[in-house]
Amino acid sequence: MSAPVATEPKPAPPAVETLKVKVDGLEIAVPKTMPDPLTGKPVPTTMIQACTLARTDVPHYCYHPKLPVAGNCRMCLVEFGTPAMGPDRKPVLNPDGTPKIAKSPRPAIACATPISPGMEIYTTTPGVKAMREGVLEFLLINHPLDCPICDQAGECKLQEYSVDYGQATSRFVEPKVHKPKQVDLGPRIVLDDERCILCTRCIRFTKDIAGDDALGIVNRGSYNTLSAYPGKAFDNNYTLNTVDLCPVGALTSKDFRFQMRVWFLKETKSVCTSCATGCNIVIGAREEKVYRYEPRENDAVNSSWMCDSGRLNYKWIGAENRLTEIRRQNPGAGGEKITWTTAAKEIADRLLAAKPGTVAIVASARQTNEELFLLSQLAKKLNALTDSVPRIQIGDKLLLSADRNPNSNGAKLTGIAPAQLGSNLRKIAEGIGKGTIKTLLVFGEDVTRHGIGADLLAKLDTLVASEILPNQTTKLAHYVLPGCAHAEKRGTFTNGKGRVQKFMKAVEPRGDARPEGEFLHELVAAVNGNPGFTSIEGLFNWMAREIPAFNGLTWGGLGDTGVTIVLPS
Amino acid sequence: MPQEFRLILKYADEPGYTPDIECYLRHGGYESLRKALAIAPKTLPDGKVVGAPEQIRDDVKLSGLRGRGGAGFSCGLKWSFVDRRSGKPIYLICNADESEPGTFKDRQILHKDPHQMIEGMIISCFANDVKLAYIYIRGEFPEGARILNRALNEARAKNFLGKNILGSGYDLEIHVHRGAGAYICGEETGLIESLEGKRAYPRIKPPYFPAILGLYQCPTIVNNVETLCAVKHIVGMGGAEFAKLGTPNNTGTRIVSVSGHVRKPGYYEIEVGKATIGQLINDFAGGLREGRKLKAVIPGGSSAKVFKAGEKFKLKKKGPDGKDIEQEVDMLDLPYDFDSLMAAGSMSGSGALIIMDDSTDIVAALANLSEFYAHESCGQCTPCREGSLWMSKALHRMAHGEGRKQDADYLLKIADNIPGGRTICAFGEACSWPVQSFVGKFKDEFVARGEADEARRAAGATRPSHS
Amino acid sequence: MAFSVPANLEAEITELISHYPQKRSASLMILHAVQEHFGWISQEAVEWIAARLELQPINVYELVTFYPMFRREPAGKHVVKVCRTLSCALGGSHELHGHVCQKLGLDAHAHGLQTTADGKFSVEFVECLASCGTAPVMMCNEDFHQAVTAAKADEILGKCA
Repeated sequence: MSAPVATEPKPAPPAVETLKVKVDGLEIAVPKTMPDPLTGKPVPTTMIQACTLARTDVPHYCYHPKLPVAGNCRMCLVEFGTPAMGPDRKPVLNPDGTPKIAKSPRPAIACATPISPGMEIYTTTPGVKAMREGVLEFLLINHPLDCPICDQAGECKLQEYSVDYGQATSRFVEPKVHKPKQVDLGPRIVLDDERCILCTRCIRFTKDIAGDDALGIVNRGSYNTLSAYPGKAFDNNYTLNTVDLCPVGALTSKDFRFQMRVWFLKETKSVCTSCATGCNIVIGAREEKVYRYEPRENDAVNSSWMCDSGRLNYKWIGAENRLTEIRRQNPGAGGEKITWTTAAKEIADRLLAAKPGTVAIVASARQTNEELFLLSQLAKKLNALTDSVPRIQIGDKLLLSADRNPNSNGAKLTGIAPAQLGSNLRKIAEGIGKGTIKTLLVFGEDVTRHGIGADLLAKLDTLVASEILPNQTTKLAHYVLPGCAHAEKRGTFTNGKGRVQKFMKAVEPRGDARPEGEFLHELVAAVNGNPGFTSIEGLFNWMAREIPAFNGLTWGGLGDTGVTIVLPS
Repeated sequence: MPQEFRLILKYADEPGYTPDIECYLRHGGYESLRKALAIAPKTLPDGKVVGAPEQIRDDVKLSGLRGRGGAGFSCGLKWSFVDRRSGKPIYLICNADESEPGTFKDRQILHKDPHQMIEGMIISCFANDVKLAYIYIRGEFPEGARILNRALNEARAKNFLGKNILGSGYDLEIHVHRGAGAYICGEETGLIESLEGKRAYPRIKPPYFPAILGLYQCPTIVNNVETLCAVKHIVGMGGAEFAKLGTPNNTGTRIVSVSGHVRKPGYYEIEVGKATIGQLINDFAGGLREGRKLKAVIPGGSSAKVFKAGEKFKLKKKGPDGKDIEQEVDMLDLPYDFDSLMAAGSMSGSGALIIMDDSTDIVAALANLSEFYAHESCGQCTPCREGSLWMSKALHRMAHGEGRKQDADYLLKIADNIPGGRTICAFGEACSWPVQSFVGKFKDEFVARGEADEARRAAGATRPSHS
Repeated sequence: MAFSVPANLEAEITELISHYPQKRSASLMILHAVQEHFGWISQEAVEWIAARLELQPINVYELVTFYPMFRREPAGKHVVKVCRTLSCALGGSHELHGHVCQKLGLDAHAHGLQTTADGKFSVEFVECLASCGTAPVMMCNEDFHQAVTAAKADEILGKCA
């Protein structure tokens, strides 16, 4: 079997012409052009990009690398000079032979000004400091000083730059401009116009990225006010990105506001599970409770964005009715709590006793590659019929995939699911009906909603259900195994485009729940007889050797943003 | 005594002169256009053929014409920046948004002699290969817009506009576009945004230089009404002849608007630099009212830095031997041109003098201007948006008896944080220069006002003695 | 929504749109035309114009709130605009504005648009009308008046039917 090499599918970028500039005296070579954030076309590299490459921070509010440049906040003003030209259009030299630099009498906004050969950018001069102080003072005169009750506190750019450029006291003695407070901008967002600094990041995002030209500035001058059209809710599936983009506390998420001070949140790198896109996220949690998802930058997947439906799909993790006990049940006649050891032994015994071909497995395409791989090992041994449940809905052009499973590709690559997800479900139902299938393992699905009804389940000798929340299948199962949300374990998914991405554990599992992979590892060891790996790293690397499409991958090599594999056509 | 030199307003105020095309034609109208269209291609010694448009552009460069809208930038140079190789259409917009306080010259042309401007505009469009042009006229000139529309229809009927103009093969359409009460539309990129149907937010430069990325992201020329009229005369008399009018580097004529505390406020067309500020005030505008003394002059529309009566400047002048000699010049003796006023730290801007006599409450006068700028700031960028209203509020407070002695410095500090390239457009300068110059030059009055208010408050008096 | 425009206004709007390579450019001219017809720009009008130009309503609403000549409420039959800016102020525009307001029973200190109870007059203290040489100046609807004394103002208001 030929082993496709796991590499980025992108062709090697063409050699980009560079030019040399100096940032605060440090000479660096920077690409002459960089891709435009919207079109991807090469456009002249700007001063702020050069400063970033030189690891020099230029404070800014309106600039965002993923949005068109607005240039309105004026916080990124820098001083600069260019090589002086003589009347003969030749560079003028200093006595020591270095080019003489003509300092521009006027500053420039670093976000919009292209660099030129030999340019010198000055970001730490007294003049630059004075301009930053001036801009910050202007931004603060009409800004309410309500940091103690502001949700942005701790991640506010006004607070951040005030430390460097702020004054301890304000000399502003005039009445402030008052603007609308607590504006119900849409179903998920509240706007405080007094906090807004009119940077227009949200306007640009929703117009140019989300394609919903819904926000604008009304009134004029100092009375400028961010607004949606009166009576029209700001309601597309990407609105909450504007909360992330808002550098101050003007736009807040109704879901998150007043829930938790951000500095108490523990941040964990993870992946959204709501569709096959696999947006990279950061889970914010405190004391084993998830409070929010935020998008994490990954240009190969989701840029810096995620959809609202995915972002808010986390409440189930903390649901009151989570399954927390391992149970042996006699459907209809009660059951009892048992231990993982007992469950593993009894289930293994039943599987070993089952005749080959009489076992079927329905595993979820919401499970990890590793879990699906372990199930595929069992299936191979037991000659089991397997499948997953497809979830096809309507997608969009931006991030939301029509495939609402996060790991349909994992299900297919591990052999758990056929090319057409769900096409084996009817065969399994028929097998149970005919009595040829006597044992069914169900992981993370309620099969009663997918063509294997309660009447069929009642015919089984053995029904094992691993689940997070109770459902009709767990009710009818002989063994109920409490499973883990992705936030409670580590693992990988393979997204719709073949990107293998890992996620880390943010919170502890509930009750006796335990990562499915751990239990499956024990079950595989008992049934197949090989010891396997107890660590996720070892398990992943084993899987990568066994599954051709994953050949060459290692857990460590996935990094934080994953690796794209070539999907078999 | 200097005399008016009426070139552009030659006929406008003659008895019986009407804005219709027949009257214009009787006075030699559209002859310059005929001349322009008839210019034959010229072959240079190197064999390069120069067409009529390029010859006109060269002539405008030769004329030394500088923009009459406010910045005084060379018109020929502005035209030379136009990207003629982009393959995109080139647009020309006539800036008839006359809105700089103190200025009322374009109003005269638009209302009394619209065809002159239209002729200048057609020639300028022809010279720049423009097929579609707009006249952006301020919303407060509804009659002006009607007059222009009528004039454009007349010009179309006579084939000075439209397809194949006068058989030349050149096509041009011009439309009137009305503003709606926003000073910022006078800024050329704000005007372009407004013409695109948006809020008049000036664009960042780079990258949006109109000559490259203007209207609809196409190369665009924006010229003032008076500038376009001058083009007509340049073609009529030749650039070299035009350059003989006025003074070196300050060629042609200028219509100067004089308002405020003078006996005969009005507009006076002079050869640029051939009259001084003092002559404009005293000889043209009849001098100050009985018993009044001069206090201050705003020399170039309200944005220009104010001159204080008696202010002296050291100016460089070419001596008979060609060497620079430094001369001390009283403010009133400054020749009214672009360069002298700039050398004196202000500008001739839109060519508008606002005269204030000794009855003027200088605090109230500045408060008035600052209220204007706070009202007119588009609010796009931080320093101008926040600074303009802050200054206005402070001045309003001072003008209403709530001054403090530190207010002069307080105002200067605010004003110093706005101009000098900190803002997207020149409005930052426009709103802070009056404050810097008024407070800087009349600081004793601002401090005294603050002290008096503090003393009054300390004494327990509630009502201000002035308002 | 019951908002509709008469055929002649619709024709005017169609003509205006034809003046520009991009429809959106016609926004200001259409707002003028609609305001001339209805006297003000209602929310329905904003939505109608937006639909006509294939824009979002916020795009038009941004304009109506930016350009002071557009009114978001009905004004009086005669709208008087007195120039407030420096040259006119030096020439007595505060006195003129005060006089007009007093005569009509309006607040002499308010600068924004105010309308008499009978809906006959609106008065607004506006920025520079560009006739500084004939200060103080005012407009009554589209008619322009120069060097307006109190007596002249009385005469102008008196002629308003």
